[in-house]
Amino acid sequence: MSDMNHPNDASTEVTAADGAGTEVARSDTFTDPGVPAHKPRLSDLDPKSAKRNERLVTFLFVVSCLGAVGTLVAYVAVPPEGTTESVRLSTLLLGVGMAVSLLGIGIAGIHWAKALMGDAEMVQDRHPIRSSDAVRADAVRDLDEGMQDSGVVGRRGLLKGAALSALALFPLTIAVPLIGSVGGDWNVSKFKHTMWKKGTRLALDPSGRPIKASDVNIGSAFHVIPETTEEYRETHEWITEKSKAVVLMVRVRPEELRSDQSPEGEQWSYDGIVAYSKICTHVGCPVALYEQQTHHLLCPCHQSTFDVADSAKVVFGPAKRPLPQLPITVDDEGYLVAQDDFAEPIGPSFWERLK
Amino acid sequence: MKALAARRHHRLAPVVLLLMALLVTGGVYAALAPTEAQAETVSTEDIETGKKLFQANCATCHGPNAEGTEGVPSLVGVGAAAVDFQVSTGRMPMQANGPQAMAKPPQFGPEQTAALAAYVSSLGPGPAIPTDEQVDAELGDAANGAALFRTNCAMCHNAIGAGGALSEGKFAPALFDTSERNIYQAMQTGPQSMPVFNDANITPDEKRDIIAFLVEQRDGSAGGASLGSLGPVSEGVWAWAVGLGLLIGAAVWIGAKSS
Amino acid sequence: MSTAHDTTTAGAAAEPTTRVGKAADYLDQRTSIGVAVKEFARKVFPDHWSFMLGEIALFSFVALLISGVFLTMFFEPSMALTEYHGEHPASAHGQTMSVAYASTLEMSFEVRGGLLMRQIHHWSALIFMAAIVVHMMRVFFTGAFRKPRELNWLVGFTLLILGMAAGFSGYSLPDDVLSGNGLRITDGVVKSIPVIGSYMSYMIFGGEFPGEHIIPRLFTVHILIVPALIVALIALHLFLMVLHKHTQFPGGGRTDKNVVGYPALPVYVAKMTGNFFIVFGVLALMGATMAINNVWNYGPYDPSPVSAGAQPDWYMLFLEGSLRLMPGQGTEWEIFGYTLSWNILVPAVIVPGILFTFLIVYPFVEARVTGDKREHHVLDRPRNVPVRTALGVAFLADFILLAAAGSNDLIATHFGMSINQITWVFRILFFVLPVVAFVVTKRICLGLQRKDRELVLHGNESGRVVRYANGEYVEVHTPLDDQERWLRVNYDSPAPLEVEPKMDARGVKRKGYGADKRWQRLSRFFYEDRVEPVTPAEFAAAHAHGDHEAIEAGGRQAMPAAVGTGRTDGTDSQEH
Repeated sequence: MSDMNHPNDASTEVTAADGAGTEVARSDTFTDPGVPAHKPRLSDLDPKSAKRNERLVTFLFVVSCLGAVGTLVAYVAVPPEGTTESVRLSTLLLGVGMAVSLLGIGIAGIHWAKALMGDAEMVQDRHPIRSSDAVRADAVRDLDEGMQDSGVVGRRGLLKGAALSALALFPLTIAVPLIGSVGGDWNVSKFKHTMWKKGTRLALDPSGRPIKASDVNIGSAFHVIPETTEEYRETHEWITEKSKAVVLMVRVRPEELRSDQSPEGEQWSYDGIVAYSKICTHVGCPVALYEQQTHHLLCPCHQSTFDVADSAKVVFGPAKRPLPQLPITVDDEGYLVAQDDFAEPIGPSFWERLK
Repeated sequence: MKALAARRHHRLAPVVLLLMALLVTGGVYAALAPTEAQAETVSTEDIETGKKLFQANCATCHGPNAEGTEGVPSLVGVGAAAVDFQVSTGRMPMQANGPQAMAKPPQFGPEQTAALAAYVSSLGPGPAIPTDEQVDAELGDAANGAALFRTNCAMCHNAIGAGGALSEGKFAPALFDTSERNIYQAMQTGPQSMPVFNDANITPDEKRDIIAFLVEQRDGSAGGASLGSLGPVSEGVWAWAVGLGLLIGAAVWIGAKSS
Repeated sequence: MSTAHDTTTAGAAAEPTTRVGKAADYLDQRTSIGVAVKEFARKVFPDHWSFMLGEIALFSFVALLISGVFLTMFFEPSMALTEYHGEHPASAHGQTMSVAYASTLEMSFEVRGGLLMRQIHHWSALIFMAAIVVHMMRVFFTGAFRKPRELNWLVGFTLLILGMAAGFSGYSLPDDVLSGNGLRITDGVVKSIPVIGSYMSYMIFGGEFPGEHIIPRLFTVHILIVPALIVALIALHLFLMVLHKHTQFPGGGRTDKNVVGYPALPVYVAKMTGNFFIVFGVLALMGATMAINNVWNYGPYDPSPVSAGAQPDWYMLFLEGSLRLMPGQGTEWEIFGYTLSWNILVPAVIVPGILFTFLIVYPFVEARVTGDKREHHVLDRPRNVPVRTALGVAFLADFILLAAAGSNDLIATHFGMSINQITWVFRILFFVLPVVAFVVTKRICLGLQRKDRELVLHGNESGRVVRYANGEYVEVHTPLDDQERWLRVNYDSPAPLEVEPKMDARGVKRKGYGADKRWQRLSRFFYEDRVEPVTPAEFAAAHAHGDHEAIEAGGRQAMPAAVGTGRTDGTDSQEH
């Protein structure tokens, strides 16, 4: 502690200037008063109190036993019966019984330790963590001897090189097959396409009913999937495809539609009906909170807000790009269909998105 | 209704139900015929009472003939369902300007509300107040309702209808205390920020399924106290406040010297 | 308990006679357990409630293991699709879902005590992380990370990260909508990584998101890899703790050369065991009464829906908040046709990177700017190291702010505010709050140190007013007792580093001068403002002329304190 620089010059000066107390100003630290004296507890002095505490501890252990027995009784007597209420009751009784049995032991043990076990503080020495110089010297000597025995000291470059090469190469026997397969076919260009194609009907999620343009009234929000068979919708492939293909479709008054994303000369919307990818261009949450009065589409995950009346441009939040638009039209029967796939990759940005 | 039956049912149901709905609403508004329970009370007298009430309480904002004014929607064609929803939940008449009209104790009794609804629906055809059967949770399929609710409603109203935030101070209210009729009407009419879910989007049967799902949620959570059903944030708050609070309390007790 | 006593005695005796003695002899002849018992039975541990925080983390981990084993008996980590035919809940009847989700429902509603165990498991996870954070705060603010414990600090830090990994991988296993969207966000973040992002995403999901591999993969991570690492590191953490012997708070008789406390046997064994049962008991109570992660509310995973209040568990909330606060405009760049998404990389990689880097390097930086190479076993009172305390509070303030930002939708609905305004306020506070927290905390620490000086020099106000013969009224101060005074004077107040001159004795420019100078600047930032402890000389001066003078000195007392700090006070480093 003494090598920690206490610049006490200043305070000594004050002492001197005061012109008093010079006789005690010989040391710059106070003396440690030592560990405070042990104060006996009530149970140390009064055998009755000790007895009372002992009874309390015993009582707590008995409570614990009752809790455990209670759990067993509840297990048999109150089974979950397929209703919210019965499951809740069963969970409650099993859990409370378990808690009582555990807390009983815990509280009893602690009270025992605090009230009945010795509470005089003890002092033990610490030793420096560093090993002593002698031990270190022995260690270095042992290492040296070991190296000598191994025979790799000196010029045996080829041996060392071969050993290191072998050690460096063997992990590849595991790593290469693993990395080769862990990413499936590693064909990351799949990010750029969805299952929408020319003529795919827009259908309702989750029922799969195709939608007629005449059914889409102003102010409504339709959660849309590409029309497929019901069998296909029970496969894994569908879930992965659906992750990219989900669309939110709304209808606004044609005069309120300020713009959509279609290039010059093309019409991507149909009579005020616009369809945008539901996958956020930020990190991919489904953007689905449609506020029909403001035509704003809000993402519940990070609050990116898009204006569907204006090309789904970002008006607030962490997303940068507008939601890609699905070009739509109607078929002969009046059903809404896609003109084509999205013109750009849907969802969050990735490094080679534009390549 | 059993799950499998419901699934088969839905294939053909939309068309049939759509036709039914059209017939019912068309019938009500064209002839004001007392075909349904709610409609029984509709009479010219009611329309007159409704008109008076409207002019005294609503015309300032919505215009003397409910044609709407700057920033206030026209009520022509919103239907009895919209009026019943807005008035019976106390949202209308609006008390103060804010991000959105707030639910409060209704200002009008059921009869006055019915009169207002009758007046407004006389101005132009719109969705009718649903019948008791249309909103009977017992007849709905909660499983189908759950799937529909997740896709169409949960992003605003939370997974089981505990409510959630919209932009700029608006919010989607909790649905725990909303009456079945009001839930149905909200889907039908799309009040305020909420989109309209017409019968082609969510059929009347599907609307009833959603109601069945929401009513099922009123049993509470099988796991114990639901903590508001708000998800991981409220769970985290409880873990810190109750769990860690108790454990640190216990640690202080363990560390304290006995007297 | 008695076994241990007997073992030590039995070792000495040639032929044990009691049954316990015989058993001990048998064991010792085969394991030399006597040595361990002798070493540890009466080993002293200092006692303080805040030393129990790490125990809470440890015991909730034990609860996690116990409840986790229970759950693995019933959970099936398969993404195969199935139709649900369980009795409850009605909202799942006939729905298509993964086997993982279906088995979660079945274990919740059909296995007796299954839901209880699931809830205990999840509450334990939240408490485990909370206890780790609080324990880490205790270690940080009391300087328990100093030599020789820097490496153990790093072990603890790694455990924090592993805890997050365990929590995150487990959270996703039921394959519900909420956690599925969490995975989708993770996928979005991974894809934003330059160059390799898309391939990383394929590596994690075995193809495109979500694919059919992620749940089994996360299961292996969750029940094998991460817990094995956690167990190994906990063992190392505890081994180092025992090797170093626990730190102790300052007080009479406690030095860097001793350890004052209670013996392991019986007091510590009883208290630790008791604490385990209390922790497990509280977790059981929470699992019994409070619903957590009701996956049947969220529904089986489907890439289309999302629910309001889509958030991760609390320990990931700061990342969620960070993502929410970052504005998107102008932060997604195109470089030679490649996309670089700062709007994701900054909040999801750089912000946590700064926090974690701070935690990793802090012990080493502090040792360097203090010029400190000694072993420390007596803890600091947080006020006595104002800049450390203030830095800790500043980082903590931003961590909490980000967690609040991750809950901004709930703040909006519960306090009737606009989510957009909250976001803007938080964006500004993210930069302002840590600075304010730093300055305020540092001032409070310095103020408390001055208060300590005043107490040492002049004692407590007794409330007793005395009139002297000359008519003067004074209030009598009660001096502190030895223990109280020692607590307040026994600390180091290091001065900023001194640097050797630029030129050496022969006028040659010294190598490494620039680096030294930079360290000195940092050292000034740490130690320019300081309050020295009272020295016996000052103390004697204050008491030299008896009570009367001592009281008079009360008027001047600010002086010595000002001498220690006044030169630099308020001029926050740098100038010289």
